[in-house]
Amino acid sequence: MVSLKELQETAREEFFLAGNSTCAGCGLELALRWAMKALGPKTVLVAPASCLNVVVGLWPKTASNFPFINMAFAAAAAAASGLDAAFKAKGWDDMTSLVFAGDGGTTDIGIQGISGAAERNSNILYVCYDNEAYMNTGIQRSSSTPHGARTTTTPFGKQRFKKNLPAIVAAHNVPYVATCCTSYPIDLYEKFKKAKEIKGFRYIHILAPCPPGWGFASEDTVKIGKLAVETGFWILYEVENGEFKLSKPSKKYLDHSKRRPIQEYLEIQKRFNTLSELGLVKWQENIENAWKHIELELELKDKSEY
Amino acid sequence: MSQKEQEIKFITGNVAAAYAARSAKVQVISAYPITPQTTVVEKLSDFVDSGDMPAQYIKVESEHSVMAALVGASIAGTRTFSATAGQGLLYMSEMVHWAAGARLPIVMTIASRGIAPPWNIWADFTDVISQRDAGWLISFASSHQEIYDSVLMAYKICENEEVLLPMFVAYGGFVLSHTSKPVIIEPDDKLEKFLPPLPDEKGWPHIFIDPERPMMHGNLIMPSGFYYEFRMKIHDEMIKSRHIIKQTALEFEKIFGRSYGNGLIQEYKMDDAEVALINIGGLALQAEQAVDELRQEGYKVGSVKLRHFRPFPTEEIINIAKKVDVIGVVDRDTAFGSPTGGAVSSECKSALHGTGIDTTILPIITGIGGREVSVEQQKEEFKKLIKLKETGEFPQDMIHGTLWDGILEVK
Repeated sequence: MVSLKELQETAREEFFLAGNSTCAGCGLELALRWAMKALGPKTVLVAPASCLNVVVGLWPKTASNFPFINMAFAAAAAAASGLDAAFKAKGWDDMTSLVFAGDGGTTDIGIQGISGAAERNSNILYVCYDNEAYMNTGIQRSSSTPHGARTTTTPFGKQRFKKNLPAIVAAHNVPYVATCCTSYPIDLYEKFKKAKEIKGFRYIHILAPCPPGWGFASEDTVKIGKLAVETGFWILYEVENGEFKLSKPSKKYLDHSKRRPIQEYLEIQKRFNTLSELGLVKWQENIENAWKHIELELELKDKSEY
Repeated sequence: MSQKEQEIKFITGNVAAAYAARSAKVQVISAYPITPQTTVVEKLSDFVDSGDMPAQYIKVESEHSVMAALVGASIAGTRTFSATAGQGLLYMSEMVHWAAGARLPIVMTIASRGIAPPWNIWADFTDVISQRDAGWLISFASSHQEIYDSVLMAYKICENEEVLLPMFVAYGGFVLSHTSKPVIIEPDDKLEKFLPPLPDEKGWPHIFIDPERPMMHGNLIMPSGFYYEFRMKIHDEMIKSRHIIKQTALEFEKIFGRSYGNGLIQEYKMDDAEVALINIGGLALQAEQAVDELRQEGYKVGSVKLRHFRPFPTEEIINIAKKVDVIGVVDRDTAFGSPTGGAVSSECKSALHGTGIDTTILPIITGIGGREVSVEQQKEEFKKLIKLKETGEFPQDMIHGTLWDGILEVK
């Protein structure tokens, strides 16, 4: 793994430019900026309805200096498949067809198209930047909103838990699935570098904290993302050709005692300030269960490696 | 594979549509099966999987994804094709509008069927009419050969830089999709003359994928920006496409020897006709038989095939109205709550408004949901027009000013 300092030296070229209109502390901006550094200019980005459509710049301005296509909400995975088919027809072998979609566009309205593209093993890289609600339309719940979070359509907190989309995609037996967090740019960069070289359907799910949507100070974006990983709530991993691998930043949290209490993550976000005691217990149980699944995955492999 | 010689094949309308896509050297296909279009996607699978057609074929999970995939493929500058019908077209609707808004020359055949509920899979053009304001050119084919020929002409028209809009080629489900007729499949040398393959590296002038000159497409535009003007341009160029359609029909006739009137409409025995019946799709061809039989009985009747509903052939309809005193306009579609209940008759009436021409239009709706329309029935329609001309009397039992011909009595 390279160091951040090395990366800042070698990956200097910017593709998602300054002057865009993301909110201060936007997780999406970090995600796209580092993803594009890894993918480079021979990339076409398909953006279904999301914050990205707006923050990239109002017509005629744009903050992307690579081909960028706005797309209908449910259409991104198929549109990217179409682009890839066109590149094949033209013999352009070095283009990456990339989708950059929010969690609503991915886990809700886009899931049919994603499942179709994954099952076909379309040669696209589908990325979900997950800010855990419909932020562009003003913080409505999505199926990726976590338990207890207040949104404008769950004013007393959401009952259900987050849909586990990376697992659903992995169940399609695609070549590559990974989870990332914007607070770990090296891990993110390396996963995108790897994904770029793989042919077929690739899926990367990035937890992207959202200051106005989650209710925290904009300077805390990196801190919040780190807490998501350090509390064991957000687990960084890869599934490459069916083989599960825990990523370095998450490895030590396999040990229950190394995880920070989940309260530390929840209490600094206003969206959780109506979470009940019972809700907190449910969160703890949910994290334990998630790690039990990870342990099961790892038992299938050589556990001693960890 | 190449087609060296002209061949006459005894094939269904759907297979003719698939052959047309092959003859047009389509590069990317995306499709999803739906009755009565399914054999188009089956035949294309045969072509592509056997290596007979060097195209990319994306077999997606829904019609919405069909058009999304073609939008993507067309943005990258490839020639694209699909086929659908009825519910599939409705499900695709968001992307149908998207394709036109992005000004992409996508061609799609529609084996038209009735809209549910109740389920109906038989000829009825309400599906394609439901997309009339999407910005697609809309053409109707009345024969197996016309399906094949219309698809070839469609690419030529749509890819013209003065047009750059998508087109539907619609024909009646089962009536044409599943019956077989001889169809001339044209050889490559003639095809290349009429419709050369797209140059490899070039995208469209207005939209392309090129890392060397990166483009942002479709980002949010404020009301003060050019959204309004972009919309006006779609209408402007759709209207102007009339002359491209005419020019293309002429060129087609020159190379292949088959005539489709002026491209927008095709007249049959209209020169000395006293009344005319305007039809879309297969019923237009059948009406020609009704004309022949009635002429043997001494009636001076003529038939008009409306080949294009978008752009609407306003001038041609006015000219027809100048020739005859009474026109019957037949809709095999419904436009609920519109002035006549049928899309075509409403627009024909609108075309004559303010022209000072006092030709009477009798709106007729028939064949809905695949209800059989016989030649005898069409002859009766003509006779009602003659009676209207001679006596000024409209047929009995009209419903809100429209003759719902062949409707059962409802209690």
